[in-house]
Amino acid sequence: MSKLSAAEVQRISKLAHIGLSEAEVAHMAGELEVIVSFVEQLQAVNVDGVEPTDQVTGLVDVMREDVVAPSMDRTLALSNAPAQLSGYIKVKRVLNG
Amino acid sequence: MAKFTLSGPIADLVEQVTSGQVSATQLVQTALDRIAETEDYHAILELNRYALADAQAVDARVAAGEKLPLAGIPFAAKDNFLTLGTHTTAASHILETFTAPYEGPAIARLKAAGAVLVAKTNQDAFGHGGSTENSDFGPTKNAHDPSRVPGGSSGGSTTAVALGQVCFAIGTDTGGSIRQPSSLSGVVGLKVTYGLVPRTGVIAMASSTDTIGPMTNSVADAGMVLDVLAGRDASDATSIERNAGSYRIEADTLADDLDGVKIGLIKEYLGEGLDAEVKAKLLAFVDSLKSRGATVETVSIPATERALAAYYILVPAEISSNLARYDGIRYGHSAAAAANLEETYFMSRDQGFGAEAKRRIMIGTYVLSSGYYDAYYKRAQKVRTKLVEEFDDAFAKYDYLVGPAAPTAAFPLGSKSGDPLAMYLEDVMTVAVSLVGAPAVVVPFASVGDGLPVGLQIIGRQKLEGALLQVAAAVELAAAAGGQK
Repeated sequence: MSKLSAAEVQRISKLAHIGLSEAEVAHMAGELEVIVSFVEQLQAVNVDGVEPTDQVTGLVDVMREDVVAPSMDRTLALSNAPAQLSGYIKVKRVLNG
Repeated sequence: MAKFTLSGPIADLVEQVTSGQVSATQLVQTALDRIAETEDYHAILELNRYALADAQAVDARVAAGEKLPLAGIPFAAKDNFLTLGTHTTAASHILETFTAPYEGPAIARLKAAGAVLVAKTNQDAFGHGGSTENSDFGPTKNAHDPSRVPGGSSGGSTTAVALGQVCFAIGTDTGGSIRQPSSLSGVVGLKVTYGLVPRTGVIAMASSTDTIGPMTNSVADAGMVLDVLAGRDASDATSIERNAGSYRIEADTLADDLDGVKIGLIKEYLGEGLDAEVKAKLLAFVDSLKSRGATVETVSIPATERALAAYYILVPAEISSNLARYDGIRYGHSAAAAANLEETYFMSRDQGFGAEAKRRIMIGTYVLSSGYYDAYYKRAQKVRTKLVEEFDDAFAKYDYLVGPAAPTAAFPLGSKSGDPLAMYLEDVMTVAVSLVGAPAVVVPFASVGDGLPVGLQIIGRQKLEGALLQVAAAVELAAAAGGQK
């Protein structure tokens, strides 16, 4: 595993939608390097022919009846929205210019 | 008004409330007084300002003849449980002003049973940590030594119980967040089989290992609370049916011995990392269980040595997905200075998340990103399969597996907070159980140093919490007897 470069950390922060200052990027590159080096030990485990596990209780395709049920009241659902207008969530402009 | 201790058996207090000797209001007032006396420990983030009114409502139900299994019992909930009438912050700045629009089945079931929510407890923000120092609102102190951490992430809950602020607290355990602080704080902590308590209404950390459970003063109390919490709810498709019968431990059915119980002591948890005094006391105590009829053998589960590395791939991956919802738009902190939508995301998340949440989101994003997915995430899922298989093999030979729940007793505040990996190593004895989805209970059995508690982790087979608690109660009796029959 190559050392995590600042450019790589910036790439990840863009994917994660977290704005990091240059100082934060440098600091995090060091911390992430330590953690990634630690988890790197799994490369030594022989997993040939082993199926991946993503759940452990054996439930399969849990369904419910396709019937209409009441949902959350709109006022309540919007009660924590930082900005709203006429019963909708208001967002900043999507396109610049 | 008479003073009551909230550390006694919950069953006794319920009986007193039901028979009218004590009121729910008196119990809740006692809890509020105790919280005020011990507020320096910072176990509590916010009081439920409706607690006394809620207690009066319980008193009215009792007066009307309702039989309530937790009548008038004051409890606290970790601040990642959505609760009406308080804020719900998960101890993160990004949710500092959030008020929940609904409550999930766990809280609803406790309230229906007559328990009264008194307070929300401190935690590592979003459950990310093993000391409660990652709370964005300041750390909680250990009830036995305020210069030390309570463990984490449910450290506010374990300190609240250990101080007698409440009769029990509920928390979440994703990789050890109930078990490790229970060991460090000297309380009983139960991590249930994945799915036994529905997760709806709890702020998600890692969806494939998040579980909900109680922290209590005794195994019997844990059974009382689990009996109310357990069982499927349609709102959580991953929740599972409870077993027939009760999870309560009745005095007349409690076996005080361990006749015929086959115990496997996990070898990998006794290696270099484990504090020498903790190890010596644990070995002596586990050996003493033989005098109560148990057979004890050492068992090797080699994959546990890779469990922590697998956990710190799988869980950050799930965290990065679950924490994507904090976008500064629907709820939570929103950056006022953002000029457009994209800046709203980037600035709100930078300002709102603490350092550890950011680290985990970044790791998770990295291991899921194009070109790395197979090497990290998928490989970790295969290691998880090996763990499941090795635990199955061990449970074919033993009824229960035991070991420590943490490498050391409580450590000094600040001693690990600058080193993320050192903090991750706090989880080394708990994450394997989370990845296999088994239940485990931590029972205090000894103290080390200047009176710092340590707990024994007892791991059972999936969905057999009832039997696990029976054995834990017998182990608790052995601990009370000083390991001697």
